Amino acid sequence: MSVPVTSAKPRTEAPLDHSKIGSAQHSAGGLGLSPVQTRSERFAAYEVERFQPARPTDAEWKYTPLAKVEPLTAGELDGGSYEYESQVQGGASVSWIARDDARIGTAGTPEDRASANAWSSFERALAIEIEGEDAAATVARRAMGGTARAAHLVIEAAPNSRGVVVLENTGGALLAENLEIIVGDAAELTVISLHEWEDDAIHLASHFTSIGRQGHLKHVSVTLGGDVVRVNPTARLGAERGEVELYGLYFADAGQHIEHQVFVNHDAPHTTSTVTYKGALQGDGAHTVWIGDVLIGRNGTGTESYEQNRNLLLSDGARADSVPNLEIETGDIVGAGHASASGRFDDEQLFYLQARGIPEDEARRLVVRGFLGEVVQKIGVPEIEERLDAAIEAELAVTP
Amino acid sequence: MSELTIRDLHVSVETEQGNKKILKGVDLTIKSNEIHAVMGPNGSGKSTLAYTLAGHPKYHVEGGSIELDGEDVLEMSVDERARAGLFLAMQYPVEIPGVTVTNFLRTAKTAIDGEAPAIRSWVKDVRESMQNLRMDKSFAERNVNEGFSGGEKKRHEILQLELLKPRFAVLDETDSGLDVDALKVVSEGVNRAKESTGLGLLLITHYTRILRYISPDFVHVFVDGRVAEEGGAELADRLENEGYDRFLTGTNVG
Repeated sequence: MSVPVTSAKPRTEAPLDHSKIGSAQHSAGGLGLSPVQTRSERFAAYEVERFQPARPTDAEWKYTPLAKVEPLTAGELDGGSYEYESQVQGGASVSWIARDDARIGTAGTPEDRASANAWSSFERALAIEIEGEDAAATVARRAMGGTARAAHLVIEAAPNSRGVVVLENTGGALLAENLEIIVGDAAELTVISLHEWEDDAIHLASHFTSIGRQGHLKHVSVTLGGDVVRVNPTARLGAERGEVELYGLYFADAGQHIEHQVFVNHDAPHTTSTVTYKGALQGDGAHTVWIGDVLIGRNGTGTESYEQNRNLLLSDGARADSVPNLEIETGDIVGAGHASASGRFDDEQLFYLQARGIPEDEARRLVVRGFLGEVVQKIGVPEIEERLDAAIEAELAVTP
Repeated sequence: MSELTIRDLHVSVETEQGNKKILKGVDLTIKSNEIHAVMGPNGSGKSTLAYTLAGHPKYHVEGGSIELDGEDVLEMSVDERARAGLFLAMQYPVEIPGVTVTNFLRTAKTAIDGEAPAIRSWVKDVRESMQNLRMDKSFAERNVNEGFSGGEKKRHEILQLELLKPRFAVLDETDSGLDVDALKVVSEGVNRAKESTGLGLLLITHYTRILRYISPDFVHVFVDGRVAEEGGAELADRLENEGYDRFLTGTNVG
């Protein structure tokens, strides 16, 4: 299924000055500035003042509708507590923690202005802790409202623990947030982040992950609803034999912008990463963006890595941007690969199914469900898989 | 008793060089319980006939008619033709990622019959047909045609033939790419389907090999988009010995 309609291309970065990293983000375009050579050298800071205003020339904002997200990149954010519903099972707990909690800031540092704005504004963070063998927590946010808001979440899986965390997002939102995921040594954690916002919601999220020795994270981002939803998961494999699986599933309707900037940093020996993002687009102005960076650093000997993005365009007027980047700084790896394909509906598949008596609309549904189903099947939580199947079915029922 | 009637069929196909005329007046009538073999050299239009019967959008009917028990097949969409009882076993079945064989078969059966099959007997039917075609149980949970070998694809086509029970089936070069054992298994499947439902068969083949296992009542030789000669099973034997050479003199088949 793959006449590529968007091309994979080598990385292009807005020029930044290396010498100024750590002081403040430098403005682009001056003479004598050399481009950032590796993804890990991108400017990062906790304080929003240290970032330049977001511009369409910035690598991290290039594809995003800047006017719509301006309240989050440039405006004042309400960092107070909000309502949530939670369900816990086994050794899982959910509670508010103070800004100065030692865990905050251990998984990552903001790399864009909205992320830093959220970091500078939140008053308390919501912490989800996982202990023991069969812990499960669901946190549902259903009333984030229309005020520009900052949020901070911390998910911590204790060493040797095993658990599943589900984040459900519905209702309206104008939200910038950071999520830190801390996977302890030999812990096995699944985080499923569902974005089923109302049509006018705007949500910019950065997910930072640190993975301990032999730790394993399965991270699934599902986006079906919202006006602009951008989820940027970063996973740093900084301890030996850490493993991360990053999955994404999205369905963009007319006028909807869904974006993911995925970054996997192999920074220790014998780490493994799998990145699979799949999306369907239907309707005029449906736009999806996927930028996948994989960096295999000098410490990343024995790395095994594969990333892929596939998009299925179901109608005219939809646009899928897909940019896989792979940087390798050591020759001693097991494997590294990437793939990207965005294509129209395959008429031969349609013919085959119709030749078996299946009417056209049902044949299309079958193909799309199958296409996205590959990611749904990875989730491993039957209730959520069933719910997503139904949600995809509902998306397909809307005529473009 | 059903009848599939093709009269004076003219078909062209879209190519990169423009529209190309392939079928130049084909007449063929198939009745229930009959086996017709369509043979001929490459490029003679055999597969075009198969795809035109199924309604592939790439093939344009320029003239003539196709009727199934008096009903105009050319007026029907691809899925309507299948529901009317036509089946095409394809030469190159496509992959459908993420759709399991089980799901696909049940969806197709439901579409053809207009109602979902009774679960218990359906599961039993599928299992039996798979066993008969020497298909492993794990096959049912694989995605349609994904990673199938050539032989597995053909078995999967015949599995559908057995389960969907069409009135007429076109087998487009089902024998190509099969070793002798697989050819036997597949042929047995076709014979079983005919035995149990009395369907009419149109067997499209370049070689006579498959006709040792499925014996034709009629043989039609296609040359340059027309039926050049017709006869009984003995005509196939003659082709086995002589090849297509005597039909090709004076014609210009690329």
